[in-house]
Amino acid sequence: MRLLKISREKAILFHHLMIYKLFDMYKIVKKELLTPIICLMEVQASRLADSAQPGQFLIVRVNDKSERIPLTICDFDRKKGTVTIVTQIVGASSLKICNLNEGDSFVDVVGPLGQASEFIHSTDAEIKGKKFLFVAGGLGTAPVYPQVKYLHSKGASIDVIIGSKNVDMLIFEEQMKAVCDNLFICTDDGSKGEKGLVTDVIKKLISQGKKYDQAVAIGPMIMMKFVTLTMKDFGIPLIVSLNTLMVDGTGMCGACRVTVGGKMKFACVDGPEFDAYQVDFDEAMRRQTIYKDVEMEAAHKCRIGLNS
Amino acid sequence: MRNNIPRVPVREQDPKVRATNFEEVCYGYDAHEAQLEASRCIQCKKPGCVSQCPVNIKIPAFIMEVASGNFENAARIIAEDSSLPAVCGRVCPQESQCEGKCILGVKGEPVAIGKLERFVADWSREHGLKFTEKAVSNGIKVAIVGSGPSGLACATDLAKLGYEVTIFEVLHCAGGVLQYGIPEFRLPKERVVKAEIENVKALGVKIETNVVVGRTVTINDLMEKENFKAVFIGSGAGLPKFMGIPGENLNGVVSANEFLTRSNLMKAYDRDYDTPIYVGKKVVVVGGGNVAMDAARTALRLGAQVTIVYRRTEAELPARVEEVHHAKQEGIKFKFLTNPIEVIGTEKGWVRGLRCVQMELGEPDESGRRRPIVIHGSEFDIETDVVVMSLGTSPNPLISLTTIGLESNKWGGIITDDNGTTTKKGVFAGGDAVTGAATVILAMGAGRKAAAAIDKYLKGL
Repeated sequence: MRLLKISREKAILFHHLMIYKLFDMYKIVKKELLTPIICLMEVQASRLADSAQPGQFLIVRVNDKSERIPLTICDFDRKKGTVTIVTQIVGASSLKICNLNEGDSFVDVVGPLGQASEFIHSTDAEIKGKKFLFVAGGLGTAPVYPQVKYLHSKGASIDVIIGSKNVDMLIFEEQMKAVCDNLFICTDDGSKGEKGLVTDVIKKLISQGKKYDQAVAIGPMIMMKFVTLTMKDFGIPLIVSLNTLMVDGTGMCGACRVTVGGKMKFACVDGPEFDAYQVDFDEAMRRQTIYKDVEMEAAHKCRIGLNS
Repeated sequence: MRNNIPRVPVREQDPKVRATNFEEVCYGYDAHEAQLEASRCIQCKKPGCVSQCPVNIKIPAFIMEVASGNFENAARIIAEDSSLPAVCGRVCPQESQCEGKCILGVKGEPVAIGKLERFVADWSREHGLKFTEKAVSNGIKVAIVGSGPSGLACATDLAKLGYEVTIFEVLHCAGGVLQYGIPEFRLPKERVVKAEIENVKALGVKIETNVVVGRTVTINDLMEKENFKAVFIGSGAGLPKFMGIPGENLNGVVSANEFLTRSNLMKAYDRDYDTPIYVGKKVVVVGGGNVAMDAARTALRLGAQVTIVYRRTEAELPARVEEVHHAKQEGIKFKFLTNPIEVIGTEKGWVRGLRCVQMELGEPDESGRRRPIVIHGSEFDIETDVVVMSLGTSPNPLISLTTIGLESNKWGGIITDDNGTTTKKGVFAGGDAVTGAATVILAMGAGRKAAAAIDKYLKGL
């Protein structure tokens, strides 16, 4: 009888926990402004946090009328059941995300999507002592962080270059320092670190005799293109993560198709990470602009009342 | 009893008007029209219609109730075999199924079974009828992957048998192809799809959206960690095909899946939604199936001039006759015996035209259809801003790739026996995930068969 009672109490507790969990689904448990236009959010999504791996992405919807917005998973906490995303305000959709506050919820968060980074499949022995160079551009610093953290925990030796417009756009500096061997910072205007582009820093490091077994670049498409061109001369294997347009993110629509090694690939299921030397960057950049005009038109509110 | 009158015509929105809106094309029968049409049924002793229906709805029985004005009884009879009658009454290819075997069709026109089913389902919904008494739970958990037609049908039957069913859906809203594929003007989402899914939920079926089976959880996780005793895979055929011709990655070339998902699921046609869609002034749709018709008619409603190119002739079009007829009425142009060989772009990489060749029909191939052959030197260009590729879809490999012991064929279809049993113990599959792209009702039929097989399997454990 006593046994029965306990199990019943347990059952009720479990039931409450489940309701609590569901109630909290996709709730923003932490929001932090990293810069005036870049915000970090920790979001409750327990199933997703359980299965997320470095290199993968997720999709959010802010409300019932919003688009499905793909974002890289920047961190995950399996115990708390949360995932971390970082968003920069670049248009209407990202503004909507950043306007959400702690305690608010997304209507939808789905993932993890895409393939995990390849090194996930390497053994600890393979990773230990391997020399990595990570090149992070702007918001791309956020997805670079979990990869560096993972490899650092496995004993890899890692240099990181962060390129940013200016000091105000620089993110994850302290966190990154804690998990890499050397951190190099460059800004377009010289307001922090060296004045110049990430490619200048790469050239300098190599000319100083630095050797790397593997490089990874994540950032704006144009940066990844030029990092690829620069790195090619040095013969270092390079992986890039492509942030293409997407609708469903599961291989259904084909909006994210890219040419890799002369073949059509879907960034959402075949990627998002690819061998940089095989990617047709010019096509990928052009395809990113498909809905620019349509969106501009939709966002444009005529001030002289022509489209009232 | 039988009324010797011609088939009662169904009222439709004027083609000129409907070409500019997303309201439903067909108004359906009213009670009087439905009773009149139902009175044409001769109540065959051996009804061909029932055996031709993939879910075996007792057609003469429900039609008899309609004829005598007992619409509630009619609805109850249909509910025994189908949870989506308002959907099926709208999108089933009745001409090749139930109505195709109607004896009246031999000399005249078959009974309008589809329109009658739709009437009964709509009437029942509008009168708030529910046939969703919850069964007593047997406490056994069954997981279903995908909330499309096969998953919903399978869930319905299992829930009625007392199983605790959870459907895992990858998108943010339930319904599968009913949501992302079929347009509003053929299948209203709020009024029809959502309402029928609510009925399935009322049986006690849980639907968990935003779960990517194969990524968020695996089938092994569901069975080992979450105690699901059986799994049904109804994940559909979601991967779009492309032609592999030059220029296919130009800006302005989209798969029909993308185009329709933007408009249907993401409501790009409604300005209140954020989703962008690009139609330009002219759109060419490549393909001749129902999906091609849907994409073409959607583009038309979004303001484009639309041409469908198809490599065979009108006689071989795989789309339903009704859809082709509606498309033509609305002003869609067809170019038959035409096959694209290249998408032509501007200097900046946007589509400006489609280079095609003229075809002629040769000898029949293994499918019995005459094989189209290129006429040499017949190249010509069609000016267009957008090309929609509607060449069919194939099953998403994600689940096969992440489920050890689950085998699939070279087209990506999961291998099953006739009852949906796969090569993995306790795992069943049906619908497009097995057969490749087919119809709503065939998927439902497969879902029902699998439900029976799952029940048998679980009782034998």
